[in-house]
Amino acid sequence: MSAIYILWLRELKRYIRSRAQIVASLGQPLLYLLVLGFGLGPVFQKAGNGDYLQFVTPGIVSMTVLFSSIFSGIAMLWDRQFGFLKETLVAPVPRIQIMIGRTLGGATVAVIQGCLILTISFIAGFRPTHLAIFPLAFVFMALIAFVFASLGTALGSILQDMQGMQLIMNFMVLPIFFLSGALFPLTNLPKALAIITRLDPLTYGVDALRGVFIAQTAFGLQWDAAVLFLFAAAFVSLGAYLFSKIQL
Amino acid sequence: MISVRNLVKKFGDVTAVDNISFDVQQGEIFAFLGPNGAGKTTTIKMLTTLLTPTGGIMELDGLNPAVQRNEARRTFGIVFQDPSLDGEQTAYENMDLHAVLYKVPRKLRAERIQKLLTLFELWERRNNIVKTFSGGMKRRLEIARGFLHTPKILFLDEPTLGLDPQTRNQLWTHVKHLNETEKVTVFLTTHYMDEADRVAQRIAVIDHGKIVAQGTPTELKQQTNSESLEQAFLTLTGAGIRDEGATSADQLRQVAKMWSNRR
Repeated sequence: MSAIYILWLRELKRYIRSRAQIVASLGQPLLYLLVLGFGLGPVFQKAGNGDYLQFVTPGIVSMTVLFSSIFSGIAMLWDRQFGFLKETLVAPVPRIQIMIGRTLGGATVAVIQGCLILTISFIAGFRPTHLAIFPLAFVFMALIAFVFASLGTALGSILQDMQGMQLIMNFMVLPIFFLSGALFPLTNLPKALAIITRLDPLTYGVDALRGVFIAQTAFGLQWDAAVLFLFAAAFVSLGAYLFSKIQL
Repeated sequence: MISVRNLVKKFGDVTAVDNISFDVQQGEIFAFLGPNGAGKTTTIKMLTTLLTPTGGIMELDGLNPAVQRNEARRTFGIVFQDPSLDGEQTAYENMDLHAVLYKVPRKLRAERIQKLLTLFELWERRNNIVKTFSGGMKRRLEIARGFLHTPKILFLDEPTLGLDPQTRNQLWTHVKHLNETEKVTVFLTTHYMDEADRVAQRIAVIDHGKIVAQGTPTELKQQTNSESLEQAFLTLTGAGIRDEGATSADQLRQVAKMWSNRR
């Protein structure tokens, strides 16, 4: 257990110490929030869908958590490059503990990032309708973070070089984000797109956060939670398996 | 303390370690010498559970590192050829993390860390982030960290690579001191023959994956009628440069590694 804790703590320390990185990683979601929130707002409203900032904030929070958690896993590539990964792999600790510690650390950082963006969106004018079930938002943010941090760890375990990272960004992370309904409602989509969005784990995270914040959910919170738990179980098993297979 | 019998490691068609056998006694400083690409690091990786051998038997303090991985890992410390510190944490935090991973009892932790950081002259800099350290300081920290959990065996894979003579000299003094006071068995590789001559009690020379000679430094010099260990080494392994072979073998190893991870 202490091994899990010390590796979790390491991820947190690294996060807190790299202030430039904190600011940089908030830049993109901030841009989406403000530009889309205020830029597309009038069109969205005219189409009779209500306030776009209200609608898009849960999506942008999900996006922040997604990016941050998946990259925390891929950041294992740096530890491979700079050698620290070896130090943990030869330690007399079951690899599953090392994997869990890293993953929880990455997930925690992602939740913090999500909270920062949430705070900024409050300042920008976002007003959740459901204050009573607000703590539930943390539960769902944590679930999203854990799902994608596990996926990140799985990817980080098989990635050998930096080139692979671009591939994952363009063919995995961005599609997960754009197909999740973070930016548009999932109602009245073409059939093919509707099916794809339902295969995307983030869809259920966005839906849940929208349910918690503005009482709009397509699947219902229980269903969202169940699906996210399933994805978490699948990815954490995959991550643990691939991590245990790393040879240097 | 270490016993290796008929150890083989193949990467695809390339045989990196070809049927080697040797023993290292408890408390001994044993040097494993060989040109680039001879199979030194591969052997160390197998002994330290990072690679699974293709064939043969290994024993570390009675444990088989290919099977009893976690138990075996507790018996040794290792300083890798290339750095393995966490650059974003302080020297103290690096030591502390290691102590936790190796289950050094909480009461002992602070005392042991202070002792080793002081010995390796890093105590004053304990709260500095490691990436600000010079190459020599990083190396010292890695070696200090290797001793932290009082291992029975310490593997040092080219620990003095790229260091100035002052630092090298000081490092070996500390290693010898800890070998004597804490009875650590040391298994080292180096390209500096004078170091091996000075520090090691016994030496094995490996070339093309095979052990070509074993014995004390004096025995090796006598066997080859050489004045210095360097000369003995060149007689045993030839004077040709190995970089070409080593890099293509390395590449194959990379490819093999990539595929084995994709499976």
